[in-house]
Amino acid sequence: MSTGPLYNDQGGADTAVEAGQESTPTTSSAGAAFGLFSTDFKKNEDLKEMLESNKESLKLEAMKRVVGLIAKGKTASELFPAVVKNVASKNIELKKLVYVYLVRYAEEQQDLALLSISTFQRALKDPNQFIRASALRVLSSIRVPIIVPIMMLAIKEAASDMSPYVRKTSAHAIQKLYSLDPEQKEQLIEVIEKLLKDKSTLVAGSVVVAFEEVCPDRIDLIHKNYRKLCNLLVDVEEWGQVVIISMLTRYARTQFISPWKEGAAFDENSEKTFYDSDHEEKKDQTEAKPYIMDPDHRLLLRNTKPLLQSRNTAVVMSVAQLYWHLAPKQEVSIVTKSLVRLLRSHREVQYIVLQNIATMSIQRKGMFEPFMKSFYVRSTDATHIKTLKLEILTNLANEANISTILREFQTYVKSQDKAFAAATIQAIGRCATNISEVTDTCLNGLVLLLSNRDETVVAESVVVIKKLLQTQPTQHSEIIKHMAKIFDNITVPMARASILWLMGEYCEKVPKIAPDVLRKMAKSFTTEEDIVKLQIVNLAAKLYLTNSKQTKLLTQYILNLGKYDQNYDIRDRTRFIRQLIVPSEKSGALNKYARRILLAPKPAPVLESAFKDRDRYQLGTLSHSLNTKATGYQELPDWPSEAPDQSVRNVEVIEPVKEWAPLVGKVKQPKSDQKFYSDEEDEKEEGGSESSGSEDDSSSSSSSSGSSSEESGSESDEESSEASEKTSSDSGKSSSESEESSSESDSEQNKKNKTKKVAQKRSKPAAVNSDSDKNGNGPVADATSEESSSSSESDSEEDSDSDAPTVQKKKNDVKSKPKEGVKSKKEVSLLDLDDFSPAPVNNTPKSAFVSSSLLSDLEGLSLSNVSPTIQVNTPSFGPIKTHELLHHMTGKGLSAKYHFPRQPCLYQPSMVAVQVILTNSSDHSLEEIHIGSRNPANLNIHCFNTVERLEPGASVTVSMGIDFSDSTQAANFQLCTKEDQFNVSIQPAVGELLMPSTMTEQDFCKEQGKLLGMNETSKTITMATATTSRQAVNKQVLSVANIGVVSCGLDNIHRFAGRTVSSGALVLLSVEMKETSCGLLTINTEKSVMASMLLRDLTHALAQS
Amino acid sequence: MLGFFVGEMIHSLFLINLSGDIFLEKHWKSVVGRSVLDYFFEAKEKAVNPEDVAPVLQTPHHYLISIYRGKIFFLAVIQTEVPPLFVIEFLHRVADTFQDYFGECSENVIKDNLVIVYELLEEMLDNGFPLATESNVLKEMIRPPTILRSVVNTLTGGTNVGDMLPTGQLSNIPWRRAGVKYTNNEAYFDVIEEIDAILDKSGTTVFAEIQGVIEACVKLTGMPDLTLSFMNPRLLDDVSFHPCVRFKRWESERVLSFIPPDGNFTLMTYHVSSQNLVAIPIYVKQNISFFETGSCGRLDITIGPKQTMGKTVEGLMVTVPMPKAVLSVNLTASQGNFTYDLATKVLVWDIGKLNPQKLPNLKGSLSVQAGAPKPEENPALNINLKIQQVAISGLKVNRLDMYGEKYKPFKGVKYVTKAGKFQVRT
Repeated sequence: MSTGPLYNDQGGADTAVEAGQESTPTTSSAGAAFGLFSTDFKKNEDLKEMLESNKESLKLEAMKRVVGLIAKGKTASELFPAVVKNVASKNIELKKLVYVYLVRYAEEQQDLALLSISTFQRALKDPNQFIRASALRVLSSIRVPIIVPIMMLAIKEAASDMSPYVRKTSAHAIQKLYSLDPEQKEQLIEVIEKLLKDKSTLVAGSVVVAFEEVCPDRIDLIHKNYRKLCNLLVDVEEWGQVVIISMLTRYARTQFISPWKEGAAFDENSEKTFYDSDHEEKKDQTEAKPYIMDPDHRLLLRNTKPLLQSRNTAVVMSVAQLYWHLAPKQEVSIVTKSLVRLLRSHREVQYIVLQNIATMSIQRKGMFEPFMKSFYVRSTDATHIKTLKLEILTNLANEANISTILREFQTYVKSQDKAFAAATIQAIGRCATNISEVTDTCLNGLVLLLSNRDETVVAESVVVIKKLLQTQPTQHSEIIKHMAKIFDNITVPMARASILWLMGEYCEKVPKIAPDVLRKMAKSFTTEEDIVKLQIVNLAAKLYLTNSKQTKLLTQYILNLGKYDQNYDIRDRTRFIRQLIVPSEKSGALNKYARRILLAPKPAPVLESAFKDRDRYQLGTLSHSLNTKATGYQELPDWPSEAPDQSVRNVEVIEPVKEWAPLVGKVKQPKSDQKFYSDEEDEKEEGGSESSGSEDDSSSSSSSSGSSSEESGSESDEESSEASEKTSSDSGKSSSESEESSSESDSEQNKKNKTKKVAQKRSKPAAVNSDSDKNGNGPVADATSEESSSSSESDSEEDSDSDAPTVQKKKNDVKSKPKEGVKSKKEVSLLDLDDFSPAPVNNTPKSAFVSSSLLSDLEGLSLSNVSPTIQVNTPSFGPIKTHELLHHMTGKGLSAKYHFPRQPCLYQPSMVAVQVILTNSSDHSLEEIHIGSRNPANLNIHCFNTVERLEPGASVTVSMGIDFSDSTQAANFQLCTKEDQFNVSIQPAVGELLMPSTMTEQDFCKEQGKLLGMNETSKTITMATATTSRQAVNKQVLSVANIGVVSCGLDNIHRFAGRTVSSGALVLLSVEMKETSCGLLTINTEKSVMASMLLRDLTHALAQS
Repeated sequence: MLGFFVGEMIHSLFLINLSGDIFLEKHWKSVVGRSVLDYFFEAKEKAVNPEDVAPVLQTPHHYLISIYRGKIFFLAVIQTEVPPLFVIEFLHRVADTFQDYFGECSENVIKDNLVIVYELLEEMLDNGFPLATESNVLKEMIRPPTILRSVVNTLTGGTNVGDMLPTGQLSNIPWRRAGVKYTNNEAYFDVIEEIDAILDKSGTTVFAEIQGVIEACVKLTGMPDLTLSFMNPRLLDDVSFHPCVRFKRWESERVLSFIPPDGNFTLMTYHVSSQNLVAIPIYVKQNISFFETGSCGRLDITIGPKQTMGKTVEGLMVTVPMPKAVLSVNLTASQGNFTYDLATKVLVWDIGKLNPQKLPNLKGSLSVQAGAPKPEENPALNINLKIQQVAISGLKVNRLDMYGEKYKPFKGVKYVTKAGKFQVRT
């Protein structure tokens, strides 16, 4: 090792002028090293010379080639001595490449590697933080056990470095040292403990990684840092977020009690009651046993929620799994949308996300049902993606959507990807067993598939039919006969075996055919596959028992063939069967029971999801993906039955975060202020330049001042951060006024979800209440729970322009057409829609809100090659205008606002849907908020359910329906709380009394022709220049009236169609652009009063931009 | 020794081309032998398409997680439990970085820039855990190659590695470096919307949705703080943001407030609320049929405008993956060119601009392998198109304001609508 001292020499001298110094020692050391390694590696000799030259550029060139060798997986270890000398080079790129080399080969050349250590030790003291960090990085990557003490020392020092970047590097180094020498564990834990207290977002992620790898069981280290981690989370870099979230998931499972109700009443597996009863049950339980969530538990849920909007798919998934494992059941669904969003990402991302959705959708259908169409398969999807989507669609199938799903499956069955087609058939089988209404339809469809040209399809159908028949052991002899007929053409062994088994099992139902099949099989026995042979023996035995007269000889012949078969299984089986069925003196007691053994009723196979048991693994993990336990997988602990001590998380000053149990609706969370660029590092580093940026960020200013006092680093840190926490939550509470406005936008965003939920909650009580309702609520009383559930289903997909009478018309069309259409096409059709239309459509036009998608599908069935139907696009742009219903001053703290969501009212089609946001601005909770007496007394209102309790600061959105009878007369009613009554009134704008209508241009002109004369109102208007484009006109008109756009061939005419909500009278509106700023506005409708009011509003709207 | 088997997230990375050659490997810890890849090659053999290889594979001692981008498999070797999406997302980030640095992510380009690639990988992972993945930060440490620089480098022995160490990583704005200077200050935003749709035989929409993305190119001096607002933010149903966007401002005011990264980046992606029906810009009349006898078939496709918002449809292209039995095609196109790839059986009809007066039509006969059964399913048509100057959802940027800097920047917003996964079933 002559290189050692020489090298050190050079290291010592490297501060001196390098070029001159270097040349001398290098040459001599090279000579020494050369002798050791050179002989077999002539090829790299030039590299060595280059490395030893004194020209930087040559060295660099050589190192680049060396790195190229490493990259290609070729060995370059013989160059170690020549390379290692350059570790102290001044050239940064050269140095970096040497580092790359060093890390790769140090393990193999430990002695030589030691030569470089002193360079790193020196660099660890460098004033530049990056040089310190990079030295630590490389030093800790050199896997040479002898330097463990040096590494330990370096890590400890770096952990208290001034620079957070160096501290971060030290956290990374911890894991490296631990894997090199696990004996250092205790010392390393001390460092981890220290770093966990670090307040820098840079460090947080890395130290948690170290924690997870070195001491994941030391949960006690987390307690004091829990709240800090939760609060820092948003600002931690994305990779760190994933690790922290997964660690906190485990932590929460050990520290908080379960937010899920006992008895697991919220079990959506009980398929049918998803819409109705669940919500009631849930509500009951909330009231019965108020569960108070630990504020820290809530803190975690609240602070992770924004991360659902991360661009990093891993972060989104980790938040989703956190909610799945930790959130109260009713809150889990907020992750749905984000997960569905991930499906638009790369194929590999889709794969993982779909796997997780598959598991989730088994337990919680409702979460993904509204997004069913996102799981439709494209022919360009990869096979595993297709299969997963199929799995999810099957999981989501229920009585309501099965027709849509089966229609979709019908396309898949014909796929060119035969493996996928086969999987679809299995999926159909699963739907058929799970949903009894469609069993027969599916069965018939599958039988039709038996005549398919593709063998795999036929085979799979046979297998599935077999399973279905087994679950339905009724009269299916026709199907069995059919199968016997096609038997000769089927060559797939599994399918042949299945048919034979069916023959045997139901041989008494097909007494004539079965023996004949046996005869054929006797002929071909020797050429069959083993699996088929076994079934032939089986069939023979069963027939022998039931029909021995005809089949005795055949059976004996087959048993003889089987006796000499090459396969021992078949020989075994034959011997066993012979002893069992053929009576002889030797055969024992079993003979008597042969019939009972062979022809015992068999339990039906259960067709279930392959993902059924996946939920034993934590979602999002590798183990879940593989469905086996991966190395290093940590079980997610079960909730503790008793809550562990909460105070362990308190830091010095005990000041828990304000929290309410969510009693009514969605309690508005106090804005967790959290300064988005929260961290003190930020302020320190950016100084002046940042401050100008944060000035306008007024919402964060108070908290950032809080955190800047944290900066002092004294013991009062914690206190002030707690204080800022509190102020922020307080301000959230007191400024409920501003919360309201945000809750509006929130409700806009969630409108769809929410109205649906509310609708579900209300729909059933509606039916119950209606008896006591004497105000002529006929239709409501008629509404059975079935109907209301069907209408709420359609709500999920419905678009606002589906209009009752047209729908009805189309529905009728469809009813007449598809039968001929489908059948004449001679295609395999799994379904004939009328057979099992799951939501029976009421014949009164009023209740027929059929989902438009189903409708368009139906259209698709009937129209074959007609040019595509023009769809009306109803962009419901324009902001929703919110009106005040009750001011909080007059309402003694209760304030209410309302807006028109412009959706069909669920309670009664003649009603206009209104959403009311109730907010409690007082300091005490309000109880029993409900609607009292109304004026005029015969006013037809569908009230919202009584809100039992509204906490201070909380707000809740409720839906109601009002029948305005096509007039703009205000609806007056009383809004009551337990103590008070307030008179309020809702006055609708005329445009809100309309519903958009779907119509083609021709229809429009035709209808317009019928509404001339006194039914026509028109006016020349002046238009603002900005509103002359089509979009602008549409926007203005739609902002005034809830009306549908009719697509139109001409550029200068804009047409709109709608109907009045109560009487369904047609309202046709057209705007004809004349010159630049002039237009002719025409309204055709029977309701002339409405027309003139509408005209007035529109003139106003179009005149301003 | 219990607990010795502590892991790291990503142990090794292999880059493998389609023919199965490993052309780059990098190990962040001890070296993993190439034999571990046998399991992967086995799966690759079985798969019909490279896309069909399962992204997660299990071997006795390792787990293999791979992505397929630019005809390259990026394969990570893992030893212990780790969220698979974590690895997948990271691998894509690596591929994105290559794309960003070299303009494309292909085998040749990676081979040509092996050293830079290696330097990048070294910076992106430390001990298997992602370290610097922000393009702004990486570019400060390792300069992307340009023709000029590589010439200069060879002459002077200059380097690709920055002399200055990155400042971004230290601040809480890791995506932006300090001291950015431009003489022309500009900020451009491209609102790009894609229509994903499935139309059935008769042209009825089975499924349609709009997803959009706002790509930004911001070249502004100093530390600008931008606020971008929309005319109709209500349209946005589900959004995801670049980390620079202040989420709280979005939640409360529906505006995008951010300190932008320097250069090109994706500001946000969004999904348009499904309450709004999606305007389908074109209709497709098609008739593809195969005859029982005579081993031939017929194809007739016409495309016309439907809801184009008064704009011209451009870049129209139809891709049809034909059944394997189709041997050749004999077609005439009234507009544009078509090609039929005999190996992949893909028919591509490049139409270009859609003229509403004279609808493009492609028709003719298909010859099918003699004796082969009539294909069961007609091929689906995949449509590509582009409409300039309009976002089909109607989304409009209202205004862009800048705070924190004194100068007046030049601002621009562009709208484009494209077809995403737009498929017509036949």
